[in-house]
Amino acid sequence: MIDFTLTAEQETLRRTVAEFAREVVAPVIGDLYERGEFPYEIVAGMGKMGLFGLPFPETVGGMGGDYFTLCLALEELARVDSSVSITLEAGVSLGAMPIFRFGTEEQQRTWLPPLMSGERLAAFGLTEAGGGSDVPGGMRTTATLDGDHWVINGSKSFITNSGTDITAFVTVTALTGEQEISTIIVPNGTPGFTVGKKYSKVGWSASDTRELAFDDVRVPVSNLVGPRGRGYAQFLRILDEGRIAIAALSVGLAQGCVDECLRYVKERAAFGQAIGTYQAIQFKVADMEVRAHTARVAYYAAAAKMLAGADFKKEAAIAKLVASNAAMDNARDATQIFGGYGFMNEYPVGRFYRDAKILEIGEGTSEVQRMIIARHLGLR
Amino acid sequence: MNIVVCVKQVPDTATERKLKSSDSTLDREAVDGLMNELDEYAVEEALRIKEAHGGEVTILTMGPSTAADTIRKALSMGADKAVHLSDDALHGSDSLQTSFAIQQVLGRTGFDLVILGSESTDARTGVLAAMLAERLGVSQVTLANKVEIDGSTIRIQRQTDYGFDRVEASLPAVVSVVEKINEPRYPSFKGIMAAKKKPVDAPSLADLGIDAAQVGLAGSATTVVDFAEAPPRAKGQIVTDEGDGGSKIADFLASKKFV
Repeated sequence: MIDFTLTAEQETLRRTVAEFAREVVAPVIGDLYERGEFPYEIVAGMGKMGLFGLPFPETVGGMGGDYFTLCLALEELARVDSSVSITLEAGVSLGAMPIFRFGTEEQQRTWLPPLMSGERLAAFGLTEAGGGSDVPGGMRTTATLDGDHWVINGSKSFITNSGTDITAFVTVTALTGEQEISTIIVPNGTPGFTVGKKYSKVGWSASDTRELAFDDVRVPVSNLVGPRGRGYAQFLRILDEGRIAIAALSVGLAQGCVDECLRYVKERAAFGQAIGTYQAIQFKVADMEVRAHTARVAYYAAAAKMLAGADFKKEAAIAKLVASNAAMDNARDATQIFGGYGFMNEYPVGRFYRDAKILEIGEGTSEVQRMIIARHLGLR
Repeated sequence: MNIVVCVKQVPDTATERKLKSSDSTLDREAVDGLMNELDEYAVEEALRIKEAHGGEVTILTMGPSTAADTIRKALSMGADKAVHLSDDALHGSDSLQTSFAIQQVLGRTGFDLVILGSESTDARTGVLAAMLAERLGVSQVTLANKVEIDGSTIRIQRQTDYGFDRVEASLPAVVSVVEKINEPRYPSFKGIMAAKKKPVDAPSLADLGIDAAQVGLAGSATTVVDFAEAPPRAKGQIVTDEGDGGSKIADFLASKKFV
C-alpha cells in the first residue's frame, strides 16, 4: 500500500541535480551570496538541464515530469544552497504555474516557452505591505477597467524574481471590485510599473526580492489570467502546491546541515579526539537526521496526495510546518556544532542559519499553517 | 556518421578503493560506481559531432551488470543506443584482452569513429585507444583537446606538455580525449525519460565468437604479483614565522629540489 521508493528516472534526476549542485553551485555560491549577486550563470545551467520545465508537459515546452520531481530537484539544490533553490521554486510555481494552470492558450504560447527553458523568469505579486495570506483584508492594489485596458494602482512587497535582468513579467493580484480579486499579467517595462531596489535580507542573499509599485499601469484586458474574480481561488491553489515545494526546500537545508556536520565532526578534534566520537555530538547529529527524514516523509506524503488528485491542503500545511521547523532546528544545531566557524559566512552552515528563518515565514507563516490544520480538524 | 563511445564504470574516486586479496583485482562491489570522468567528455564530444554532422552515437561498455547505470547516464545525455558486454568470464581481463573483446563488439556495431576518454581513473593504463587502433588497423589520434571532422578527415589538437600538436588522419579512426576538450552536459529530465526506451544490446561471448579462455584473469598477459597499502602520510612540517618564515620555506623547497 505504501511505497515512497523513487523510480529509476527520479533517482537519476535526483543524482544529476546533486552533481550539478556540488560541481556548479557549491564552488561559487558563497561569493555571490556575500555580494548579494543574482546567480545568472547557475540559472542558465539549470535552464539547460530543463529544471524550469520539470513539472510541465512537453506540449508547452516542458520536460514532462511532475510536481514531485520538481520537489526532488529543489531538495537537492537546497542541500547546497537555498538562494538557488528558491529562485527555481519561485520561477516554476509562482512564475510559470499560474499561466500554465489558469492562462489562455494565447497567454501560454506567448509567455511559457522562455520560462520553461529558464531564459526568462516571471514573478507572482500577491503580498503587500499590509498583508500576505490575509486576503482580501490586507489587499490595497486595484485594477479598474478603462475601455480595453486594465489600469493598475498599488504596490507589492517581497516579490521573488521580479527584478532580474531576465524577468519577463509579474502576475499581479488586484481588487477588481468589492471583495473581488483577479490576477493580471504585467510585463516588466510597462510604463508606470516600477521595480524597486533589492531588499537587504537576512538570508537568501543571492536571490532577487523586490518591492513593486504600480502607478496607473495600463495593460490590455487580454492580460487577465483566467476568469475575472477567480484570483482568490487561483492563488490558494498556487500557495497549497507551493507549500510542498517549500517543504522540499526546507528538507534540503535540513539535510545539508547533516551533510556538513558529518564531514566536520570526523575532522574536528577537541580534548584529544574527533568530536564525532562524543555522544553529545552523535545524539545531536542523530536528532538532525531524524528531523530531515520525518520532514521528507511528510512532503512525500503531501505530494503523493496531490498527484493522486486528492485534497492535499492539510498534508501540505503539515509538511511545510514540520520541514521549516526541521530546517530551523538543524541550522541552529549545525551552527552550534561548528562553533566559532559556524558564525563565519565562509562556512555553508552559517549561510544555512541565515537562510532557515524565512522558511517559517514565506508561503504562509507557521501560524497560518497551524490555522489551516486546525480548520481541517473542524475548529473555527 | 557511426560514432561509438567506449565508456567504463569506475569506483568513485572520492571513496577509498581497495584491491581484493583473493585475486588482486579491484573490489568493485565495496564502493559506488560511476562513469569514468574522462568518458563523460568522450560522450559529450560524440554528441557534439553528431549534432554538427548527423549520425548515430552508440555507447559501448564492458563491465558487470551494475555498469548499466553508466550506460543509462550516457543515454540520458543523448546517445542513441548501447552495447553492454557483460560476462563473468571477462572478470580480471587486462588491457590487452579488453581491447580484444571490444574489437569483437566493434565488429558487430561497425564504426566510423571510436571515441574514448584518454584513461580510466581506476587502472589508469591509458593504453586502450592505442591497442584498439592497432587491432582494428585504423589510425589512432590520441589525447585530443579539440576535434574537427571534415568529410572523411579528422583533425585534432593533441595535448602536450609544451602546448599542442596538430594531427590529421582519415576515417575510420580511434580518438581519445582529455578533459580540456569540452564541458560535458548534465542530462535533462526529458533525456532521462527517453533513455528508458533506448535499445541496449547485450551480446554473449558466444555471439561475439569469443572463447572464454581467451579473456579474464587466467588468460591475461599481465598479472598483479603483489600489492601493499600505501603507507600513511608522514606528518607535515610546520614553519613558525619569526620574521624569517619566507626564507625558511624557500630553504625547505630548495632541500626538496622544488626551487
